[in-house]
Amino acid sequence: MAKEQLTPAETKTMMLKVADAIIEAEPILTDADRALGDGDHGVGMERGMNAVKEKLEASEYESVGKVFMDFGMAMMSSMGGASGAVFGTLFRAGGRSIKDSSTFGPQELANLITSGTESVMDRGGAKPGDKTMVDALDPAGTAANSATGQSLVDAMTATAAAGVAGRDASEAMIATMGRAKTLGEKSIGHPDAGAVSVAIMLNTMKDFITS
Amino acid sequence: MSDLKKLINDPLKVADELVEGLVDAYNGDCIHVGQRSLALRNIPDGKVALLVGGGSGHEPIYHGLVGKNLADGAACGDIFAAPPPGIVLEATQAVDKGKGVLYLYGNYAGDVMNFDIGAELAEDEDIDVRTVLICDDVASAPPTEKQSRRGVAGLVPIVKLVGAASQSASSLDELETAAKKACLMTRSIGVSMSPGSIPATGKPTFDIAEDKIGLGMGIHGEPGVGEIPMTTTDELVPQMLDYIFKDFDADEDVDALSEGDEIILFVNSLGATTMMELLIALRKAKQIFTERGIKIYDVIVGPLVTCQEMAGMSFSITKLDDELKEYWNMSCQSVCYTKLEGHQGA
Repeated sequence: MAKEQLTPAETKTMMLKVADAIIEAEPILTDADRALGDGDHGVGMERGMNAVKEKLEASEYESVGKVFMDFGMAMMSSMGGASGAVFGTLFRAGGRSIKDSSTFGPQELANLITSGTESVMDRGGAKPGDKTMVDALDPAGTAANSATGQSLVDAMTATAAAGVAGRDASEAMIATMGRAKTLGEKSIGHPDAGAVSVAIMLNTMKDFITS
Repeated sequence: MSDLKKLINDPLKVADELVEGLVDAYNGDCIHVGQRSLALRNIPDGKVALLVGGGSGHEPIYHGLVGKNLADGAACGDIFAAPPPGIVLEATQAVDKGKGVLYLYGNYAGDVMNFDIGAELAEDEDIDVRTVLICDDVASAPPTEKQSRRGVAGLVPIVKLVGAASQSASSLDELETAAKKACLMTRSIGVSMSPGSIPATGKPTFDIAEDKIGLGMGIHGEPGVGEIPMTTTDELVPQMLDYIFKDFDADEDVDALSEGDEIILFVNSLGATTMMELLIALRKAKQIFTERGIKIYDVIVGPLVTCQEMAGMSFSITKLDDELKEYWNMSCQSVCYTKLEGHQGA
């Protein structure tokens, strides 16, 4: 049954599925990062998701925002690296923007992604087009914002599709941030590993909400 | 490529276990702090503290540079990953003796973000923090954008100099100024022949053809200025040093390296390249500096900034003035680097 509003408990279940999906995708993320970085993204994300599972499984939630804040804090304190800082910031800031909500609907989805993305850009200095996770997040946020009047299923479907398209679009971009920037034009043809992770996360959320 | 025969336990606990072993190697001079940091056992009250750190897997740096007249502590990340903010905070609290803490580490996006968040947490605890980034890799950006360069092997002479400066610095301002000078005067260039591997996956960190050398490659195998055909030491060394000479020439913030100058020369192996190979490269470098009338004040040679079994080497040059020479002449002692008072050389 497709879901129209998620309770905090359902939100927690969804984010545990996200954690499992990322752990399963470790080889894909490792390969994506090897093409442009030093190949540690997959292992780092796996470590972060194990910490996320430990934290979420041990917690009960009344606020949906708190699920995402814990998700971010577990990533930030366990991972380190650029990924830990930016993904931690994404979920901590995104979750904070909906910490007073007891249900997760289209408006919460939009707030989560747009507030989180803004904080990621402030922390890391990346803008759309720099070939980073922002290139999946920014279009996803735009899609979520224009779908707040729709059902959660439709909003999440549009958001995930925009994130995936953003990941694909990052293939054609030239890296200007982080370790990949010294590759210059050689970075063309590979998606950004952070954008790959974002797309997997959004797709897993969509699969949970539409199933 | 088949996986390497690496002698470890749980691949995900490599960093934790190596830091435990490092503290054991200090045999009482250092203490283990919090989740994954170490600090000198006896830091005098009122000392301006020096904290280094970064991803693990490059041993003996960074954490091996905690020591007498060197760094007071290190915040250690997982393998090739910056330490999380909580670890940075724990290390900061351990070394702070009331006069503030200077963060000195290599310029990587992950390190900058995590140390910055750590500094914000430390400031919430009323600890004064400043940051000086090590950006010594001349292959990673032109002199006009040198603040965006990667931090590579030059960190060894830099931490040596700043650690000495920290013994007498009366304020965080003063130490920051000394650190900026040590960084400005230190430039590095590296090459790589084959990759290292990530312990948790066994996968190589990058790919390079058998018959190629990556010129200007970073310490994780980040691409440099380009690939050149495999060659001999005597062909390669002049090309490498040329990047450093040209960089000092082109940078308006420093004088060109010229006759009569005195330098520290650090010849580093990235792991698999042997002492034999380093010494052959050192021999050629010495000839080149002698021809130019540049005096080598002291030499460091060995595998100190590594990336597992990565084959490759780098040169780091620190141009000295009277102030830096005074810092250099102090003795120092750590797992990574130990020297007696004074310098080697007539």
